[in-house]
Amino acid sequence: METLLQQIVNGLVVGSVYALVALGYTMVYGILGLINFAHGEVVMIGALTALQTLLILMGVAPDMAPLLKLAIAVLVAMPVCMILGFLMERLAYRRLRNAPRLAPLITAIGMSFLLQTLAMIIWGRNYHTFPQLISTTPMQPIPGVFVTPVQVAIVIVSALVMAGLILLVTKTRLGRAMRATAENHRVASLMGVDTNAIIGLTFIIGAGLAAVAGVMFASNYGIAHYAMGFMPGLKAFTAAVLGGIGNLGGAMLGGIVLGLVEAVGAGYIETMTFGFLNSSYQDIFAFVILGIVLIFRPTGLLGERVSDRA
Amino acid sequence: MNELIEAVPFLGKRNPRLAKWLIIILALVAPLIAAYFGRSWMRILDFALLYMMLALGLNLVVGFAGLLDLGYIAFYAVGAYTWAFLASPHFGVHMPFWIVLPLGAAFAALAGIILGFPVLRLRGDYLAIVTLGFGEIVRIFMNNLNHPVNITNGPQGINALDSLNLFGWNLAQSLSFGDFKIHYLYLYYYFFLLCVIGSIVFIKRLQISRVGRAWAAMRDDELAAKAIGINVRNMKLLAFSLGATFGGVAGGLFGSFQGFVSPESFSLMESIAVLTMVVFGGMGNIAGAIVGALALTALPEILRNIALPVQEALFGTVILDPEVLRMLLLSLAMILMMLLRPAGLVPAHARYSRPELLKGGA
Repeated sequence: METLLQQIVNGLVVGSVYALVALGYTMVYGILGLINFAHGEVVMIGALTALQTLLILMGVAPDMAPLLKLAIAVLVAMPVCMILGFLMERLAYRRLRNAPRLAPLITAIGMSFLLQTLAMIIWGRNYHTFPQLISTTPMQPIPGVFVTPVQVAIVIVSALVMAGLILLVTKTRLGRAMRATAENHRVASLMGVDTNAIIGLTFIIGAGLAAVAGVMFASNYGIAHYAMGFMPGLKAFTAAVLGGIGNLGGAMLGGIVLGLVEAVGAGYIETMTFGFLNSSYQDIFAFVILGIVLIFRPTGLLGERVSDRA
Repeated sequence: MNELIEAVPFLGKRNPRLAKWLIIILALVAPLIAAYFGRSWMRILDFALLYMMLALGLNLVVGFAGLLDLGYIAFYAVGAYTWAFLASPHFGVHMPFWIVLPLGAAFAALAGIILGFPVLRLRGDYLAIVTLGFGEIVRIFMNNLNHPVNITNGPQGINALDSLNLFGWNLAQSLSFGDFKIHYLYLYYYFFLLCVIGSIVFIKRLQISRVGRAWAAMRDDELAAKAIGINVRNMKLLAFSLGATFGGVAGGLFGSFQGFVSPESFSLMESIAVLTMVVFGGMGNIAGAIVGALALTALPEILRNIALPVQEALFGTVILDPEVLRMLLLSLAMILMMLLRPAGLVPAHARYSRPELLKGGA
């Protein structure tokens, strides 16, 4: 029972990070019908930029309050990622908006590997320790179940960010313009929406969320390196599909569900398969879920979009 | 062949006959030229031929049938591991190549069908992600199937694979006639060359056959293809399994040539590398796959030899190591090619969608 509760806690934490990343995928897909493969790499760039900022801050002002340092790091990482997201859209994807569908996808894959390589050049191949600025001393709200303050912070912050995004999309003029663009570019632009600006802005918002998610990932695991974004990126995409791609609420739900399935699955896979498989197979869950969802319910849990767009 | 001839710069369109002979002679003497620069270049040539087979196979899936497969390297892995299981001291089994190679191809084809069935309904980008997942699942299994029963020997991989033995003639041993010695890398080169030529002939015939035309129709418009009576399901499965077969054969040859297999050789990056070759050369085009494979195997190596001394001279240290250079080159090739010249270096002819022009092919 403790294992189950513990894995549920872990799943919720990881799941809320997946949800943040999944929002970026789902917003871009909703508007452009493009899987922005490089989104996971934006997460990585966010984490590494934050790490770099922290290292500089520790050198310059070692006495600064840890939380303030972390806040500054996030505030540096977000604009960096936003610029990156904007540039990706402006320089690569925009030109391919009317190209055959494989072209933007292949470009996105290339972009993903390009960003990984650039990160490898800047930060090297090694794993970097990410400073733990929020306490990692576990608390035991229920005996046998450990929760660290970092984990609590991750869940709270991602809930706040997601709430903010929902307000933005549903209550503001900008959000209405975004929804209109997602519905139909042409008509939206006829109604006076600057669709190019909206698409650029979607990439910027997604990248900002990814930066926050990157810092969370790095704080949760205590490490950062150039390839850290790829797997979470794929999983977040899976989460977006699971929830129904193009649907914001779906992305959040999908992220949490995926996190839970993965954590609980990894906790029990050894018992379930009589010791044949162990937790090193954890990454398989996401792919299996992705396959199952796409085959049996391509619209996802909450979505109405069909996957039948070639 | 015609496309390849036309791809020769300057000469191709003006004097096709000369260009043809140029290609044939180049293919034959390439290892001699490479040997002039050193053994490592011969090895690179051999690998270039393996990559050509992979690119040809992937081109069949991506270029002909329009199914973007990001897990293609898994089939290469199936072929290589089949060789490792059936022709190495790992299980103590040493079967001859004419059993292992077809078996590897068959297993790969089977894997292709296993992948193909569930993804029949998926198209475009979703298909890409699911195939990527398939490739990763295969790699995760290769990495972890050393416990509780040791099957793949985990991340360490399997050593001392049998070399290619053509009915008693071991390709891994240099031939010698008295004082005259032929290094084994030549033998592998010409054997791989034969395999590549065989693949080209096969794929060429396939492309202009009923199946090839059905693929083209399906790629261009699946609904219309269905409407004119093409069995889209079978055609997709056929594309996956045939493409996989090439991967399986290339994988077996890779295992025998390298003498060592480990999951590291079958990472996602390799799938992407092969895809880049296809995209760079020109999708849906045999010559494209060949040019792409050759260019993207040779370029990183040339860069390695040029860039490293230059960096040392300029900065005193190596800033961009060869692996980074290769990734940089591949990713830039992919992005820039899509932005600037989406049809690739050697664009495919539209002729294969027009039956009256088919007669002049081959």
